[in-house]
Amino acid sequence: MDLSAINPVLLVASLMVAATPLLLAAIGELVVEKAGVLNLGVEGMMIVGAISGFAISVETGSPWLGFIAAAIGGAVLSLLFVLLTQVALANQVASGLALTLFGLGFSALLGQSYVGIKPPSMGDIHIPLISDIPVIGPILFQHDPILYVGIALTAAVWATLKYTRVGLILRAVGENHDAAHALGYKVIKIRIMAILFGGACAGLGGAYISLIRVPQWTEGMTAGVGWIALALVVFASWKPWRALLGAYLFGGITVLQLNLQAAGVAIPVEYLAMSPYIITILVLVILSADKSSAPASLGRTFHASH
Amino acid sequence: MKFTSLLTSAAVALGLATGAMAEDKTKVGFVYVGPVGDGGWTYEHNKGRLAVEEHFGDKVETVFVESVPEGPDAERVMTQMALEGADLIFTTSFGYMDPTINVAKKFPNVKFEHATGYKTADNVSVYSARFYEGRAVQGHIAGKMTESNIIGYIGSYPIPEVIRGINSAYIHAKKVNPDVEFKIVWAYTWFDPAKEADAATVLIEQGADVILQHTDSTAPQAAAQEAGNVITFGQASDMSEYAPKPRVSSIIDNWAPYYIARTQAVMDGSWETVNTWDGIKEGMVEIGEISDAVPADIKEEALAMKAAMAAGEYHPFTGPIKKQDGSDWLAEGETADDGTLAGMNFYVEGLEGEIPQ
Repeated sequence: MDLSAINPVLLVASLMVAATPLLLAAIGELVVEKAGVLNLGVEGMMIVGAISGFAISVETGSPWLGFIAAAIGGAVLSLLFVLLTQVALANQVASGLALTLFGLGFSALLGQSYVGIKPPSMGDIHIPLISDIPVIGPILFQHDPILYVGIALTAAVWATLKYTRVGLILRAVGENHDAAHALGYKVIKIRIMAILFGGACAGLGGAYISLIRVPQWTEGMTAGVGWIALALVVFASWKPWRALLGAYLFGGITVLQLNLQAAGVAIPVEYLAMSPYIITILVLVILSADKSSAPASLGRTFHASH
Repeated sequence: MKFTSLLTSAAVALGLATGAMAEDKTKVGFVYVGPVGDGGWTYEHNKGRLAVEEHFGDKVETVFVESVPEGPDAERVMTQMALEGADLIFTTSFGYMDPTINVAKKFPNVKFEHATGYKTADNVSVYSARFYEGRAVQGHIAGKMTESNIIGYIGSYPIPEVIRGINSAYIHAKKVNPDVEFKIVWAYTWFDPAKEADAATVLIEQGADVILQHTDSTAPQAAAQEAGNVITFGQASDMSEYAPKPRVSSIIDNWAPYYIARTQAVMDGSWETVNTWDGIKEGMVEIGEISDAVPADIKEEALAMKAAMAAGEYHPFTGPIKKQDGSDWLAEGETADDGTLAGMNFYVEGLEGEIPQ
């Protein structure tokens, strides 16, 4: 066992990278669920975002355009969910599952000719002076721009939900859509906006995997991150900062357990492999002891005639 | 005769005719653990399937299901294939072993071929390739090329096939570089690009400048490329898109000849249970081109080792070799027997850490 082989600075830096796709997807889904919609299609939207972003950045040579395309790709797929659940009033759980299955297959089809290609690199931000500070520099100031977008998005969603009128309306729609409707808010319209936002975030998260974290395209490459994001939203009690904490915890333990293995720590690998799931759930369950509950209208279909 | 009954009998006749035509075709099914586009393990099996189609043309029909999880779900997929009239089913991952045996019991007339396992039955054959021969070549190159003397190894599951590869690579790296150290990470997956990339990154951060992988995607190659001065080897497939560096060579599995021969055997009615384990000699294991990033003399040594294995003159597990606990395994000049290799569940002397049980 040689723990000195683990460099804590690199560890923290790489846990932030490992957590970002999860964070982006979870923040998007959090907004969707706050509006009272349960979209189980996160995995599908992520993988479609992963391939749209990958394809566009390969074709144009610009990772930025790739990320924009990924957000659009995720949002377009979520439009299908909008049609099913908000227009045709179909069951949200079934529609979400269908969206995931469809997204996985569709992305494989789109990605046929992109297997084995290398995407253009985004490169890390390097600010003179600040980035060179020992320890803090590599941890906080030497990442790719999208990682900061993830953190900024968390802050923005938190502030919007808590302090703004828009946030209040969104929460009203999620808590009691009949009351919101009676007050004259366009429930369906607000929900559609939230679903599209969720789709765009999931798409960004997917593209982060295919363009930065891995970076390449292979079928099924999101490998369940979308599902973990869904669980994270629930365990984080629909609170943005807790989602961030959960994502970093999950990413952190995932990276740490690999580090411990490589350093030859004598803990059985099976325990290490399941530790990210167990510890994340434990911590978030303990945190959610303050009895914050799900949006009351979560998963319920709204129709103005009711 | 009424017009309707005429129609009915015509339809029945037509049905019989097409039914009879379908009978002529041999239907071959493939169950894959990853997507066909993984660029590694499943990609090569699928190449074998395409070779079968090309070889037999109209006489054969192939079907495949990709990304089938190991476990009960695999049983469902195999049952479905057998019900749909498959004559021969290839199940191409270690974890399909028990499902294959279970389904084979229910369909005694369907032939099954399980890759990398060890359980056979009247209608179940097993086949595998001696990947460890390729690992010996990799170990040699890795031991010579490493500057940090740390070699990272991404394992999938702690099963004999993977452990054999680790031992073989270690023995040959150690032989040319006594200071070499292996860091092993178990990913517990065959295919998860994000996890494989994380594992590679972690190993690189801990000082490894050579990454060997026994997982199926090209993600570790991408991670190594990102990191810069690290070399890798293609796994299961050539992965030549990452040549000449980081990928300096590869192990390529060539299943096509075997798949064609076994399909032919089903057609002739000569199929019987076999236990095939072929290597470099038979062409089931190929060594991908050694790139220019490897110095000429090292390349020559590696090719000489490959030639010696192809000629049957050299066995990668030739004594003296001790087990990790220091007990004797192989005496001077003794070579490992296939039985021990097939069930290998121990590290050789010098490797650190324990095999997860």
